[in-house]
Amino acid sequence: MIEVEHLTKKYGDLMAIRDLSFKVERGNIWGLLGPNAAGKTTTMRILTGYLPATDGKARVAGFDVFEQPNEVKKIIGYLPENVPLYPDMTVHSFLSFVAEIKQIPSAKRKEAVEKAIEISGLESVRGRLIRNISRGFKQRVGIAQCLIHDPQVLVLDEPTIGLDPAQIIEIRKLITSLKGEHTIILSTHILAEVTQTCDGVVIINEGLLMASGSLEELTASFSQNEGIFLKLKKGGEETSLLLKSIPGVDQVAREDDGFTLEWARGKDIRDDITKFIVEKDLGLVEMRPLAMNIEDLYLRVISGGVEQ
Amino acid sequence: MKNIWAIYKKEIKAYFASPIAYVVITVFLVLVGFFFYSLIWWFNAQSVQMARNPYYFQQMNINQMVYSPLFHNISIILLLMIPLLTMRLFSEEKKINTDELLYTSPLSISQIILGKYLASLFVLVVMLLLTGILSIFIFAYGNPEFVPLLNGYLGLFLMGAAFIAAGIFFSSLTENQIVSAILTFGVLLLFWILNWASYSAGGIWKSVLNYLSIFQHFDDLTKGILDTTDIVYYVSFALFGLFLTHSVIQSRRWR
Repeated sequence: MIEVEHLTKKYGDLMAIRDLSFKVERGNIWGLLGPNAAGKTTTMRILTGYLPATDGKARVAGFDVFEQPNEVKKIIGYLPENVPLYPDMTVHSFLSFVAEIKQIPSAKRKEAVEKAIEISGLESVRGRLIRNISRGFKQRVGIAQCLIHDPQVLVLDEPTIGLDPAQIIEIRKLITSLKGEHTIILSTHILAEVTQTCDGVVIINEGLLMASGSLEELTASFSQNEGIFLKLKKGGEETSLLLKSIPGVDQVAREDDGFTLEWARGKDIRDDITKFIVEKDLGLVEMRPLAMNIEDLYLRVISGGVEQ
Repeated sequence: MKNIWAIYKKEIKAYFASPIAYVVITVFLVLVGFFFYSLIWWFNAQSVQMARNPYYFQQMNINQMVYSPLFHNISIILLLMIPLLTMRLFSEEKKINTDELLYTSPLSISQIILGKYLASLFVLVVMLLLTGILSIFIFAYGNPEFVPLLNGYLGLFLMGAAFIAAGIFFSSLTENQIVSAILTFGVLLLFWILNWASYSAGGIWKSVLNYLSIFQHFDDLTKGILDTTDIVYYVSFALFGLFLTHSVIQSRRWR
């Protein structure tokens, strides 16, 4: 749905993004990750037709962003980092204006505005001037304006910034509910957001692509081993040695309240481990897979880990 | 066309939902009213004096003695007011980031510019139409000629339209509204007084400077002379301003 090929953007001498390529499949939510000034906003601005690229290609739903900008703009909804709002308009009149410039036919405009107000939970402030509503509501108006023409693709630049925890959860739910019908690309600093909402990530740093792929793929490529965490009734050094004797287990490490077992990726020896624990009567309390979390992944990639 | 209409409506609302339009129109009308009153008062005094001499009394012409100077005064007020009317058009969009909304919507840059331009023209037309109330009194108590009056208004409208185009251009250059207003005012004033320099210039420069001067073209129109050169001048001035605005916005995005 979104294809970016060898995209480069220079601001004078400054290279904002360099030779960036990635793909997002239809109906997926992808996260664009990277430290500040990594080129996330620039990438999004290019995709939405706000900025032209210096070099490279970008296609959205088969339309070339540079050759057919109007086609792309019709099917894309964009929430910029600084939400574009007219403070002297009421929420309702602002959304009506957006509906008009997004070229929703006049017969359907009213309905579209009402739907956007409902989805974004703006009913209570619809008649108020935008300058007088809270930061959270402003952010929601921003989300409403990018959803109003029911676009196939949504580009959200830090959609949950400045919201309180309850609002963040609400907006995340809203984003997740849009999955399937809409293809979404969002940038964020909150890594937990990525694990909760995204199917895949594109990690960029200093304008360069550091990694891209689904979360599982990336985790797999960045860690050689698979593992589990075990909590047993019988702890201690003796158990540790016993666990090490299980065929296939490469590493056993004692943690505060249990053990982590690791083995080479590709084999699945969890069955053997369970049987062993039962046979030796070690008293299984807890067993869970040891996944590489997104923070580890992000830090490894950004600190110059392996490029994929 | 629909897109231009959408932008136009938004700008009209912005003018009339905020104090801008009301303040500009009110101050404009108060000043025009003051000049009108002074000129009528002077015209009356002259009439009383001239009444003693039938020959001179024949020469009394309300178009030349009241309207012509009034139009010049109005043009100076427009020179001061229009930069205030246009300063926010693009500067503000940039400052509050709404340009990102406009440029990522399926609108062309020309449509955005035209929508804004037409909205400012509408305010100008409202300003000029309201001054028409003053003429009701003149038509009730005197017998001015109608065609020169229309010519004068046409001149004011064309000149205002050219001023607005210049204002939009400077507004697209900066996100600071004050800077935009000062630049517009400065450049328009310079074009206004360009014919002063023509007094000392010679040869081709004299005619070039004269042609470029806003004042020179306006003078003809207030005298009731309708010359296509003047109309072409103002229309090209406006088109050139709008063209430059388009180029600035386009190039900003490519930089």
